[in-house]
Amino acid sequence: MREFTLPSMGADMDQGRLIEWLVAPGDQVHKGQAVAVVDTAKAAIEVEIWFDGVVAELQAVPGQMIPVGQIMATIVASEEATLPVAPPEPVVQARAVPSERPALRPVASASHVEIGGVRRRVSPAARKLADERGVDLAGVSGTGPLGAVTLSDVERAAAERASVPAPPVEAATAAERQALVRQAIASAMSRSKREIPHYYLSETIPMARAIDWLAAENAGRSISERVLMAVVQLKAVARALDGFPQLNGFFVDGVFQPAPTVHIGVAIALRQGGLLAPALHDVAAKDLSQLMRELADLVARTRAASLRSSELTDPTITVTNLGDQGVETVFGIISPPQVALVGFGRVAPRPWVTEDGTLAAVPTVTASLSADHRVTDGHTGAMFLASLYDWLQRPEDL
Amino acid sequence: MRMSYREAVRAALHEALVADPRVFLMGEDVGRYGGSYAMSKGFYDEFGPDRIRDAPLSELGFVGAGVGAAMGGMRPIVEVMTVNFSLLALDQIVNMAALYRHMSGGQFSVPVVFRMATGAGRQLAAQHSHSFENWYAHVPGLRVVAPGTVADARGMLPAALTYSDPVVIFEHVGLFNAEDDVEEWRCDLERAAIRRPGTDVSIITYGGSLPKALSAAASLADEGIDAEVVDLRVLRPLDRAAIADTVRRTHRVVVVDEGWRTGSLAGEVVAGIAEDCLYDLDAPPRRVCSEEVPVPYAKHLEDAALPQSDKIVAAVKEVTHA
Amino acid sequence: MTETTRDQVGARRLLADMLRVRLMEEKCAELYGATKIRGFLHLYIGEEACASGVLDVLGPDDNVVATYREHGHALLRGIPMRAIMAEMFGKESGCAHGRGGSMHLFDVSRRFYGGTAIVGSGLPLAVGLALADVMRGREGVTACFFGDGASAEGAFHESLNLAALWRLPVLFVCENNLYAMGTALHRAQSQTDLCAKAAAYEVRTSSADGMDALAVRAAALEAAEGVRAHRAPHFLELRTYRFRAHSMFDPDLYRDKSEVEAWKLRDPIPALATQLREVGMLDEAGYAALEAAAEAEVADAVAFAESAGLEPVASLLDDLTTPVERSATGGADAGGAR
Repeated sequence: MREFTLPSMGADMDQGRLIEWLVAPGDQVHKGQAVAVVDTAKAAIEVEIWFDGVVAELQAVPGQMIPVGQIMATIVASEEATLPVAPPEPVVQARAVPSERPALRPVASASHVEIGGVRRRVSPAARKLADERGVDLAGVSGTGPLGAVTLSDVERAAAERASVPAPPVEAATAAERQALVRQAIASAMSRSKREIPHYYLSETIPMARAIDWLAAENAGRSISERVLMAVVQLKAVARALDGFPQLNGFFVDGVFQPAPTVHIGVAIALRQGGLLAPALHDVAAKDLSQLMRELADLVARTRAASLRSSELTDPTITVTNLGDQGVETVFGIISPPQVALVGFGRVAPRPWVTEDGTLAAVPTVTASLSADHRVTDGHTGAMFLASLYDWLQRPEDL
Repeated sequence: MRMSYREAVRAALHEALVADPRVFLMGEDVGRYGGSYAMSKGFYDEFGPDRIRDAPLSELGFVGAGVGAAMGGMRPIVEVMTVNFSLLALDQIVNMAALYRHMSGGQFSVPVVFRMATGAGRQLAAQHSHSFENWYAHVPGLRVVAPGTVADARGMLPAALTYSDPVVIFEHVGLFNAEDDVEEWRCDLERAAIRRPGTDVSIITYGGSLPKALSAAASLADEGIDAEVVDLRVLRPLDRAAIADTVRRTHRVVVVDEGWRTGSLAGEVVAGIAEDCLYDLDAPPRRVCSEEVPVPYAKHLEDAALPQSDKIVAAVKEVTHA
Repeated sequence: MTETTRDQVGARRLLADMLRVRLMEEKCAELYGATKIRGFLHLYIGEEACASGVLDVLGPDDNVVATYREHGHALLRGIPMRAIMAEMFGKESGCAHGRGGSMHLFDVSRRFYGGTAIVGSGLPLAVGLALADVMRGREGVTACFFGDGASAEGAFHESLNLAALWRLPVLFVCENNLYAMGTALHRAQSQTDLCAKAAAYEVRTSSADGMDALAVRAAALEAAEGVRAHRAPHFLELRTYRFRAHSMFDPDLYRDKSEVEAWKLRDPIPALATQLREVGMLDEAGYAALEAAAEAEVADAVAFAESAGLEPVASLLDDLTTPVERSATGGADAGGAR
C-alpha cells in the first residue's frame, strides 16, 4: 500500500483545499493521471499521481484544507485490489463496487454546477463558454428561462470577475483567493530575498535583425499562426542556456542540481491579480511555431485555472517579460528553488552607436539576469547574457 | 420583373416545354381546363394534347406512367393536383421512383418531376389541407424542394430538370398570389437561404410558413429582437451546414413547420441541431407546428390550428427570454 | 426452311428454355435450404410455359416488366444465369449488384425493367414505358407480366384504362395461377373472368393454356402482332398453376394436395417433351442432352455465384442519385447501364 500525499505545486504553496476527487475507490490509476482538483492559493489545479495502482481509500474530503505532504488517499498495487479495498459505504452501495470510471472528465468539472444534488440549468452554449473562460458556473446567477444560466450571464460574470468578488463558493472566493495569492507571493518572495543572494546584470540588445526576420517569417503565416517576439526571446534564452547549465536547475538542501532540459517558467499575470509561472516544457527542442501554440495554450489554461500540478513544479528557470507594460528593465526576484530569472523590457527604438560609429535610432531591448550567487558568479551571468545577445542577432538559427 | 408565384411557375413550365421536346406535362385538368390552379393556362393550345396530357382521376396510374415514361427516355413533369391526392400515388413515388436506381445497382435513372400543391389556409377543410412534405423528405432517392419565394417558384423547376432523379416540388397554396420583383431566379436545389439576416434568434422554416416567419421577424424588430429567417428551400437533403451556421450565430432557434409536430420536419431540423451544434444553443429550441388535429373548415379554427406570426413571435420571446 | 422445321427448332428451344428455368429454380430451392439464398424466394415451377412462350415472340426493342416471381422471365430475356444466381447470392456481380435479390432482377441493356415486388406496381410503369415509346416514335411493345392477384389492385384498373384511353402498345400478360398468395381467385374477386375485366376498358383480350408452351407462344404472337398493328393494348390471360408454395415461407395449407397433383400431371415440360417425341422431333438422347446442358449451365452459375465477391460496404450509398454530369435521360436508350 502506498500513500498519496498532497504534493507541493510551487515553493510558495504550503496547503491546498480539495475541490473534488477525479477518482473513486476501486479505480485503477496510472502514473501521470490527474486524480484530484486542489485549490491552491493561486488556482484550481489538477493534481497528478506518480505511480500506478488502485485507489483503496480516499481520506481527504472535498472542502477540506490539506497541508502539503498530508495523506490524501491510499493506493494499493493492482494485484492487491482483489481484496476488499474500502469499507463499504452502506448508503451509496454503488460506491463499494469498483467503477469503470472513464478518464474523461465532465466539460466543466472545475465548475460546480451541481448544488444540493440538483443539476442547475445551464444552456449548452453557456456551459461551453464558461469552460473556455474559466468561469465557475456555481457563482453565476441565471437569468434565462427557468433560471437557466445563459451566454449573457456567463459573459457578464466573466467581465465582472476581475472587479467584483464572486459569491461564496466551495473553493476560495475571489476575494479570499486574491488575498491568498498575495500571501503566497509574499512568502515565496520573502524566502527568496531572505535566502538567495541575488546578483543582477543587464545588457541592451539590438533587435532590428530579430524584428525584420520575424516580420518576414510571419508574412507567410495566417494571423492565428503568427509568432510573437516573446516566443523568439524564450527560445533564445533556452538556446543560450545550453552553454550555462549552472543557471538552469534547482538549489535544494545546499546543493545545486542542474536540470537536463530547459523548462521555462513563463510569468503570466492573472486577471484577478497575482501571477503564476507555469512551465513551457523543453523549450530548446521545439520550433517557434510549436512554442507559440504551447504558449497560447498555457496562457489560456493558466487563466482558466486548468493547469496540471507538474506544470507548476517543473520550471527550471523563469522568464518575465514586462515589455508590454512599457518598462525598460526588469530586476527580477528568483523563484526558489530555481537559481535564475531572465527579464525582458520593452522593445523600442533607442539611440544606438552603430558598427560604423554613427548614431542611429535602433530598436533595442534590455535583457536582465537575476541569478543566485550561491551557484554562479557575475562572470557566468555576463557570458550568458552575451550568448543571449548573439542568439538574438541570428534568429534564423533559433 | 414583377410577377406572381403562379406566373412564375407558369413561366418555368413554359420555358421547360419550349426548351426540351422530352418534357411533357401530365396531370388532372392540366390541359383543357388550364390547370386547377391555372398554372398551365393556354398550354394545351400551344403544345397540344400529347405534351399537355390530361389524365383521368387516376393518381396511381398516371404518376406511375410518369415514372415509366421517365425510365423510357422522357422528362415528364407530373402535376398531382395536391399533396392530399398524392397519397393515392404514394406507391409509385416511394416504391418505384425513389428506389429504382439504387435497387437496380444504378442501372435506371428516373428523371421525373412531381409537382404538387400543399398546405392549408384557404378553408379547404381537413382532407385538402395536408402538409406531408416530411413524408417525402423521409425517403432516400427523392429530392424534395419547397419554393417559398416567387424567385424560387421560377427557378426551382428548371433546376429540378437538371437532375436525372425524381424531384418533388411542393407549391404552397397560400403563396400562389404572392408577388415579387424577380430579377435573378436561377438557383440550386442544394442549399438553404437566409431570407433575413439577424443576430438574436434563428427562425428556420420553408414554403408557406416563410412569409409568416418574415412578418414575425419584422414585428420582433420593432421590439428590439433581431431575428434571422432561414428558408430551408430543400427539404431533402437538408442543408445541415446552413442550419448549424445560423445556430452558431444566434444560439437560439425556432423552427416553423406547417406539418404536424409529431414526426415533423421541424423535429428533424432540431435533431440535427442537437447533433451538430448542441453546445452553441443558449436556450431550448422551439417548434411552431400545426396543432395536432385535422385542419378545420371554420376560419377561426383553421387559423388557430396553423402556425401564425403571433405564435412565432411568442416562441421567439420564449427562447430569447424577452 | 419449311414451316414445320421452323416450328421444330422453335419448339425444341421452348423446351430447352423451360428446362433451364426449371433446373435453375430447383437448384435455388436447394440453395435456399442451404441458406445460400435468403429473403423471399418465389418459385415459378409449373408456370414456365408462360414466360418461355411470351418472351419467345418479343424482340430486343420491346420492354419487359415482370413481378417478384421473375427468375424465368429474367433468364429467358437473356440475363446470364450467372448474373441471376449471383444476384440471389447477394453478390456484386449479380444483375443488380446484390442489392435486389430474387425479387429485383434488372437489366437495362435488355430492357428488363424488373423485378418489382408490390403487386400491381409494374402496370403503371409499363404504361409509362409505352407512353414514352409512343411519344418518341419508337416501335416497341411493352410486355407486362402480373398475376391474377394484381387484377384486384387499383393499379390494374387505372393502367388498363390509361393504356386503352391513350392507345398505348402494352401487352398485359396475366399469369392466372388461381391463387393470390394463399387466396383463391374465387374467394377474392367477384368477377373471376379476368378477360371480362379487361374488356370493360375496351382492351382486346385473349386466353390461352398456360401449361402449353406452344399454345402460349401462338397466343402471344397473335396478341403482340395485334398490339403492334393497332398500337393499342392487349390483355392476354394465361391459365397456369404453380406447383410449389407461394414462397419458401409458405406452408401451402390453402389448397388440396390432390389439386396440386392433378395440375402436376399437366407439367408443361414433360408435356412438350412428349409432344415432340410423338412427332419424332426428339428422342431420349436429345432430351438428355438438353437436360445435361441446362444442368451444366446451372452448375456453372452456382460456382460463379459462390466465388463472386460482395459489393464493398463503402459503396452502400452509391447509385442513390444519378451523377449530375450524366445526361438527363433515364431508360435503356440513355445508355443508362454503368
